Amino acid sequence: MQAEGTSRKLLRIHRDDNVLIVVTPIKPGDRDLIDGLEVVFAQDVAIGHKVAARSIKPGEKVYKCGVPIGSAKEAIPVGTHIHLHNLKSDYIATYTLEKDRVFVK
Amino acid sequence: MSSSSNSPSLQGFLRSDGRKGIRNCIVVAYLVECAHHVAREIVDAFKGQPVHLIGFGGCYPNAYADRMMNMLCTHPNVGGVLLLSLGCESFNRHRLEQNIEKTGRPVGTVVIQQTGGTRKSIEAGKALVEQALKQIEAVPRVPLRLNELVVGTVCGGSDATSGITANPAVGRAFDLLVEQGAATIFEETGEMIGLEEVMSSRAVTPELGEELKKSVEKAAYYYRVMGHASFAPGNAEGGLTTIEEKSIGAYCKSGDSEISGLIKPGDVPRKGGLYLLDVVPDGEPRFGFPNINDNAEIAELIACGSHVILFTTGRGSVVGSAISPVIKVCANPETYDRMSDDMDVNAGRILRLEASVDEVGKEIYGKVLEIASGVQTCSESLGHQEFVLTYKSFEPIGPHCLPT
Repeated sequence: MQAEGTSRKLLRIHRDDNVLIVVTPIKPGDRDLIDGLEVVFAQDVAIGHKVAARSIKPGEKVYKCGVPIGSAKEAIPVGTHIHLHNLKSDYIATYTLEKDRVFVK
Repeated sequence: MSSSSNSPSLQGFLRSDGRKGIRNCIVVAYLVECAHHVAREIVDAFKGQPVHLIGFGGCYPNAYADRMMNMLCTHPNVGGVLLLSLGCESFNRHRLEQNIEKTGRPVGTVVIQQTGGTRKSIEAGKALVEQALKQIEAVPRVPLRLNELVVGTVCGGSDATSGITANPAVGRAFDLLVEQGAATIFEETGEMIGLEEVMSSRAVTPELGEELKKSVEKAAYYYRVMGHASFAPGNAEGGLTTIEEKSIGAYCKSGDSEISGLIKPGDVPRKGGLYLLDVVPDGEPRFGFPNINDNAEIAELIACGSHVILFTTGRGSVVGSAISPVIKVCANPETYDRMSDDMDVNAGRILRLEASVDEVGKEIYGKVLEIASGVQTCSESLGHQEFVLTYKSFEPIGPHCLPT
């Protein structure tokens, strides 16, 4: 499960993921290796939250467990906390299929 | 500790329909809220004994609640039943009593208006329960094979750890159980929005795949009308950002097996395999949220024959259930440290890199066998017997839902 070149702060769940899961609370100034690249974290990130495993472009899909969980709202540099401020659902926001659906019963 | 050996020697309580229970309890069931207090007073007199309280609070009739009560009162973990009626509610107590009687279980009904009020009804009920407890001592115990076991799973109080520790570990345990011929049930279609395609590709037939997809679409529509997408503030605090991300968490509890069927509350799988339980009502949304809390879902899994429930929690739920034991698999190691008395399995070890998902999956599988052998879960030993049942409406499942 442990990605190569990362410390024991971050857990990679799936090889296709562009996010890593925080397993040790991260504080501003903490350093870590992500795929051999040294990253200095800018903010607090709690256990269970996710950070970018590499730089992600605006509009790019974000993958966790190998499944897309939404799109980046802005450019997300490697090691940045990914949450409500920079990731949006592709589903609820674009969910219009059922808009005019009426149950015939 | 039981190991995950292939031939565990389990014993079950044999019922007349051939199903076998891993518990042998008396259920005291109120048939309207007006009979709830009397029922509770009766149950409270048997503290420490296997006497469980269930009931339906509504006075108006509802086919779903009727079916749920019938399936719950004839669940293999139930040895006998006492029904508590006020007298003027519309629940069909005669048919329920007859259906229970047909199974050979001891059953009695106390009608409060006929018995002479609260005090006399409590006394009459206590006498009937005492008698039933003696009668069920005679229920034969026979070997129980794993392919006769039904295991349900549900998550509650999820956080971002649920989807990366406890839920995938339950998925592994489900895979092991399905390999041994057990029936396993997952649900929460409202929490799989965005993953319809991935799920439908696992169905044993393309037609079933379509049904699985439709069940998620139905849930999406239903929750949109309710103005919610099953996303509570605690989820975001715990690190979950989108509904899809939360959906992965719920979805991965299903493991990697093929999906053998789609069932609705009260449908009992007739053979082993993995089943999706569709808990979202059919037709125009009518009675509010599909399930008002975790115990509403647990009651439905039990009505589908679940002998035991695997409940994953990140934030830390403490609930158990009437009728079937609830094994709590704690996803978050910090929650586990704080609430270990309530937790049966510490899947948070995965997050601390102390155990792999596979190892915890095997531990959960072993725990199912241990609990099936009669050992109490944490919630059982703490006296948890939560139960809730509300109004819903369902159409029967379609012809493609249970491919043979």
